[in-house]
Amino acid sequence: MIALLIRDLRLATRAGGGFGLGVAFFLILSALVPFGVGPDRATLAPVAPGILWVGALLACLLSLDRIFALDHEDGSLDLLATAPLPLEAAVAIKALAHWITTGLPLVVSAPLFGILLQLPVQAMPWLVASLALGTPALSMLGAFGAAITVGLRRGGLLLSLLVLPLYIPTLIFGAEITRRGAEGMATATPLMFLAGITLGVLALIPFAAAAALRVNLR
Amino acid sequence: MSIWEYANPTKFMRTTEGLLPWLVGSAVLCSVGGVFWGFLTPEDFRQGSTVKIVFLHVPAAMMAINIWVMMLVASLIWIIRRHHVSALAAKAAAPIGAIMTLIALATGAIWGQPMWGTWWEWDPRLTSFLILFLFYVGYIALWAAVEDPDSAADLTGVLCLVGSVFALLSRYAVLFWNQGLHQGASLSVQSGERMSSVYRYPLYLAMLGFFLLFLALLLIRTRTEIRRRRLAALQAREMRA
Amino acid sequence: MMQLGDYAGTVLAAYGVSLVLIAGLVWHTVAANARARRALQEHERNG
Repeated sequence: MIALLIRDLRLATRAGGGFGLGVAFFLILSALVPFGVGPDRATLAPVAPGILWVGALLACLLSLDRIFALDHEDGSLDLLATAPLPLEAAVAIKALAHWITTGLPLVVSAPLFGILLQLPVQAMPWLVASLALGTPALSMLGAFGAAITVGLRRGGLLLSLLVLPLYIPTLIFGAEITRRGAEGMATATPLMFLAGITLGVLALIPFAAAAALRVNLR
Repeated sequence: MSIWEYANPTKFMRTTEGLLPWLVGSAVLCSVGGVFWGFLTPEDFRQGSTVKIVFLHVPAAMMAINIWVMMLVASLIWIIRRHHVSALAAKAAAPIGAIMTLIALATGAIWGQPMWGTWWEWDPRLTSFLILFLFYVGYIALWAAVEDPDSAADLTGVLCLVGSVFALLSRYAVLFWNQGLHQGASLSVQSGERMSSVYRYPLYLAMLGFFLLFLALLLIRTRTEIRRRRLAALQAREMRA
Repeated sequence: MMQLGDYAGTVLAAYGVSLVLIAGLVWHTVAANARARRALQEHERNG
């Protein structure tokens, strides 16, 4: 399992692996939004939590098709399926690798983009906390979408169509935590809901994703 | 004699062939009757004549949700017992559900314009229906994208399962996110304030009509899918020969 | 014709939109069914 994780991480950080692409996308989005809605602090600050969360969502989406597509092309996915390691575990590891290469950089760099978007300082810890709690669910759901569309020729667009509706609950609670943090309100309830969703997703989605992979490898 | 006999495509085709004329007839009778009866109801003292929209809006919304549930059950039957007719029925139901969702959204928007003063409001019920529509679109797109029919049935089945959980989750997440304008269910048994019987009976008839309409369309569409599958199988056999 | 009051446009628009959507769905259903049946019959006759 660890070997698989290290292999995936090494592949992602190598040239052409797309490591850091998500953060770059996040940066561009944060730079573009003020051009769209105006540089005024009074307009930017209230929408900043939502923009940051939607940005994280889209940045996550960018690299999803890589989770299984490359391994499917060169046949290593078939090897994984026949390996003694249960496919469910392999899926979870691959989602973890995706999170480390995409989600974790987003979590770490998010306060920087928060500054760009005039997010109040007291919301920063909540932004980081909500992203840290929510992005694993995004990676896992993304792995499910990638597992469904792995064999398809034009899977990319379909993947976003399938995955984005699944992201809605995470987005709602994540943005709500950050918004409440910015306004100095209690954040315990949405935090709990978000944690519940993430844990539930981590526990159950690997089975669905592995089932979809088995169908596609048949 | 068990219900699973209808999982045999030939048996299904034979049975539905005889059933369809009756079903189509009663569907047309009930839905046209219910909606037209609704159209003739007197004006509500608060909503004016816009109350007539309810006879389209409520049945369509009811069917939009129930069709998804039916797809879930059909997908489960396919996944557990591998009956092809069940998978094809789920496929056939999806476009009907999407159209029903669209009707509920459109009539709601048209009604909301004079009543709430806005076409669209990010109200929990409206938002949930938009999300439901997205799930229908994704489901239909996945069926269209996968070439191998059995893989398509499996993948859409899994998607339907996961989607159902998330549609339900979104429903409650949205409730948390924004309390709404939309009135509660006006037909629920518990609620003290009941709809006047002037509106209630036409509404029941319209709901029955929409249900029968769905059933008729579902059977026709499933028959279409079975024929298509049969044709594809015959062609595949000739290719091999 | 009955009186629809101030909201005639609203009511008629709602009925119109719904009618168009349902008619489209029914048409598509019937047309696809006829096409499938014809294709199958043709195939069975030829092959």
